[in-house]
Amino acid sequence: MLQSIAFYLLATVAVVSGLLVVTAKNPVHSVLFLILAFFSSAGLFVLLGAEFLAMLLVVVYVGAVAVLFLFVVMMLDVDFVGLREGFARYMPIAIIVATILLIEMIIITSAVVTGGAGAQARDVVVATPETSNIEAIGRVLYTDYIYFFQAAGIVLLIAMIGAIVLTLRHKPGVRRQKVHDQVTRDARTAIEIKGAVSGAGVSPEELL
Amino acid sequence: MIGLHAYLVVAAMLFTIGVFGIFVNRKNVIIILMSIELILLAVNINFVAFSTYLHDVQGQIMAMFVLTVAAAEAAVGLAILVTFFRNRGDIAVDDASVMKG
Repeated sequence: MLQSIAFYLLATVAVVSGLLVVTAKNPVHSVLFLILAFFSSAGLFVLLGAEFLAMLLVVVYVGAVAVLFLFVVMMLDVDFVGLREGFARYMPIAIIVATILLIEMIIITSAVVTGGAGAQARDVVVATPETSNIEAIGRVLYTDYIYFFQAAGIVLLIAMIGAIVLTLRHKPGVRRQKVHDQVTRDARTAIEIKGAVSGAGVSPEELL
Repeated sequence: MIGLHAYLVVAAMLFTIGVFGIFVNRKNVIIILMSIELILLAVNINFVAFSTYLHDVQGQIMAMFVLTVAAAEAAVGLAILVTFFRNRGDIAVDDASVMKG
């Protein structure tokens, strides 16, 4: 009973906030509703017994992706009002396409649950006493899927390098550190010895 | 008890909202990227629901890989967006043809 209430509450919040993501006037509100949708979905994952993925969703999406979005939305000085033109014009066709898509997908899911792969679905075993969710994931991820796991690491590395390369900019007039020049500097090139007569003193011109 | 069907319907609704968002916000790349995130989230809900109800942990592994790709895609997409904004001064994409040869 309590599980049903939790499911319907989380599902409603997820769908409504998802709808508000795409219809909100202010993109900052969109990002905040996106965070709400991710949190509700993380709650759904907990109900499904996938605790590790739920925490991963909160850490990766809310902690990294949503903050990245928030950074970009707030730092770029964009005229968001002008970007909304055409919203009402595309609305009818969008509603038609979305309705057809939703009906099709619900029919397919009904078919899958009654006769397809989902027909073998059994009741959820949320926490078995012998193995926890994270242990089960670890056992499969580091054995059968080890190459996929490492490929995922390479994907993230390339994405990181790509993002840095794309946004890195050398401003003219800003003095940057020249590591090679600084490290290869030695006494022979840095110091010049001037012959000064002892006790006579030097004038500033002689030092140049 | 909540059945598998309920979770699949929620995922279908989120997926549809993502597609709807791409349709109505044709100019605003930021909202389009967020819509793609919603679509990938719907895919993840599907994976996890099937993984739980079929008692097979592989679905959750796949959801993790989808999560990885989604994070990478968001980072690169926003980096392209920042570069695009620096070059053009706005982010209207419906007439973006600067990369045309």
